[in-house]
Amino acid sequence: MTAYRINHLSELENESIYVMREVAAQFENPALLFSGGKDSIVMVHLARKAFWPQKLPFTLAHIDTGHNFEETLVYRDKLVEELGARLVVGSVQSSIDEGRATEESGFNASRNVLQTVTLLDTIEKYKFDVAIGGGRRDEEKARAKERFFSHRDEFGQWDPKNQRPELWNIFNGKKRVGEHFRVFPLSNWTEMDVWQYILQENIEMPSLYFTHRRKAFLRDGVWLAWAPFMKLKPSETVIEDDFRCRTIGDITCTGLSPSKADSLVDIIREIAATRVTERGGRSDDRRSEAAMEDRKREGYF
Amino acid sequence: MFETDFSSEAYLNMQLLRFTTAGSVDDGKSTLIGRLLYDSKSIFEDQLEAVERDSIRRGNEQINLALLTDGLRAEREQGITIDVAYRYFATPLRKFIIADTPGHIQYTRNMVTGASTSNLALVLIDARNGVYEQTIRHSYIAHLLQIPHLIICVNKMDLMEYSEETFNKIREDFLAMSAKLSIPDLRFLPISALNGDNVVHPSENMPWYTGPTLLHLLETIDITSDLNRIDPRFPVQYVIRPISDEFHDYRGYAGRVAGGSFAKGDHIIALPGMKESTIESIDLFETSVPQALTSESVTIRLTDDIDISRGDMIVKKGNLPSVNQEIDIMICWFNEKPLNPAGKYIIRHTSREARCLIREIDFKMDINTLEHNRKDLTIGMNDIGKIRIKTTQPLFFDSYFKNRITGSLVLVDEGTFETVAAGMII
Repeated sequence: MTAYRINHLSELENESIYVMREVAAQFENPALLFSGGKDSIVMVHLARKAFWPQKLPFTLAHIDTGHNFEETLVYRDKLVEELGARLVVGSVQSSIDEGRATEESGFNASRNVLQTVTLLDTIEKYKFDVAIGGGRRDEEKARAKERFFSHRDEFGQWDPKNQRPELWNIFNGKKRVGEHFRVFPLSNWTEMDVWQYILQENIEMPSLYFTHRRKAFLRDGVWLAWAPFMKLKPSETVIEDDFRCRTIGDITCTGLSPSKADSLVDIIREIAATRVTERGGRSDDRRSEAAMEDRKREGYF
Repeated sequence: MFETDFSSEAYLNMQLLRFTTAGSVDDGKSTLIGRLLYDSKSIFEDQLEAVERDSIRRGNEQINLALLTDGLRAEREQGITIDVAYRYFATPLRKFIIADTPGHIQYTRNMVTGASTSNLALVLIDARNGVYEQTIRHSYIAHLLQIPHLIICVNKMDLMEYSEETFNKIREDFLAMSAKLSIPDLRFLPISALNGDNVVHPSENMPWYTGPTLLHLLETIDITSDLNRIDPRFPVQYVIRPISDEFHDYRGYAGRVAGGSFAKGDHIIALPGMKESTIESIDLFETSVPQALTSESVTIRLTDDIDISRGDMIVKKGNLPSVNQEIDIMICWFNEKPLNPAGKYIIRHTSREARCLIREIDFKMDINTLEHNRKDLTIGMNDIGKIRIKTTQPLFFDSYFKNRITGSLVLVDEGTFETVAAGMII
């Protein structure tokens, strides 16, 4: 028992729970950004642990691109019902219809970038003063510079060269009217930590993470899920095979792994052996060396 | 690649070591981190490909491993590290979190930040230059922030023909210089980050060095006594009061143990009210645990209904922290606007918030000579000094030397809300 309680997963859990409680104590109206992906599922689990037997002191906010995997929405609605939580949905489609965002065109069209507009609109509409996100520093090099408590100005912008120093476990969430914070309780977790924790805690995961038959096509070395609204280049053909999702985001830019992993232990083995980062399958990050930094500056997750 | 099963019991039970690296770009710090990640196979193919592409584009002859850690556009363009970057890797023995901090003088605040949560610091010295001002500065910060373990890596040994004499000279110079510092665990290592000597693999070029490699040290240094396990401290973060039929009378104090341990049945005192009670239960999501140890996040319930809120502290009878409003601290200043001796600041200490004014500035530290300057008492950006503050409410604290959590605080500007200083209670 003692050995179990000092391991790296417990240490990460203790840290994340501490951060969640700081958010609840320091802010008036917190939102937890829930995408239905594994990181946000782990965040909800940690939040339950942090406040049990009280209900979550956070509103769940889903930024919906309209290009979801169906399974994600089913999982989301079931979880919300179980928790008795409040859910708000910000719709990218509405942002486009209202002329606040412009749909990309061409083969690589994605609503990923457009989410920033909807995210900021949602934060403003519901007057959230903090949005808790599942971002991890190991995901991407711009994220590696991120604070736990990340200050955003009134335009929702991140200024990576002028961040507040963050020392020990003291978090400064003070802000002026109109500004908000993004908080990242999973900052210090790696992809492997997340899966090991899911295994240790026996957390139920959406079926998309496990092997399943799916129609897909190969583009620039990345397998993409096929959906009726996706444009194929003449050289691309749709095949059907065993795949699993390594990350779950908007369907247009979520890479698939050819995989037969049908259990958590299989997934952990597969990650241990893999030689490509999980975001290696995200075509949104491949746009340029600083694609993530540029999006984050403007207010992305 | 590891052939081990990452889902096995041993892999779910690894220790976590946090370390920071100090040194300038020229000392080869980013190259060393790149080497650790590369040789321990923690770099993925797509990351390596991206770095290769970038290196070629910039006209570098070899793969520039520094590009792995410099994540911001400005850093990559200017070839410098601006902000603390966190990196992660694991070996079959431990998980590691690296706080990679810039070595330039204007970025002292970043090194202090990285040092605040670290078990261990790596300080790099260029074998060609030996010990100089920057080495002293970095070692002083490691001492000030009380990082338990310090490893001095004498790098670029390849450029000094792997000379034992050079290494010994640098070690002696360092020991002479650091006599004034308290560094509990100090080690020296001759390496070449560029070629990998003594980083992950033992060096064939330095048969005179028979000690462990850097990675071996990182994997085996004992960190179990790095936390205060003696003096029980529980700053209350949040009060859990579910308004539900099932848990109608539930009242739990949520927090993270900042020192020592607490067990069911312990007699406690709640500060500042000095009210006594007994621990009825320590809750951890649907279950109770017999005890809570340092750094664990739990919820404590008491047998008596006493008034406790965020910012209060639960301690044990017979082991009280200091309770005072006049406090001597060492501060490191982070803001372009210097410390205003007549100003008031918001103070954040554990879960407690108060305001403070500056009673006295005792001295400014010359971190190149380690002399106390009592003539020029302007505390500006990146300056370190000793001051006395007076707070609007009493704080419950230990000396930083005794406990890095209950002994640390930050000052926040009342106008801009920026974090302007880190303080270590003397």
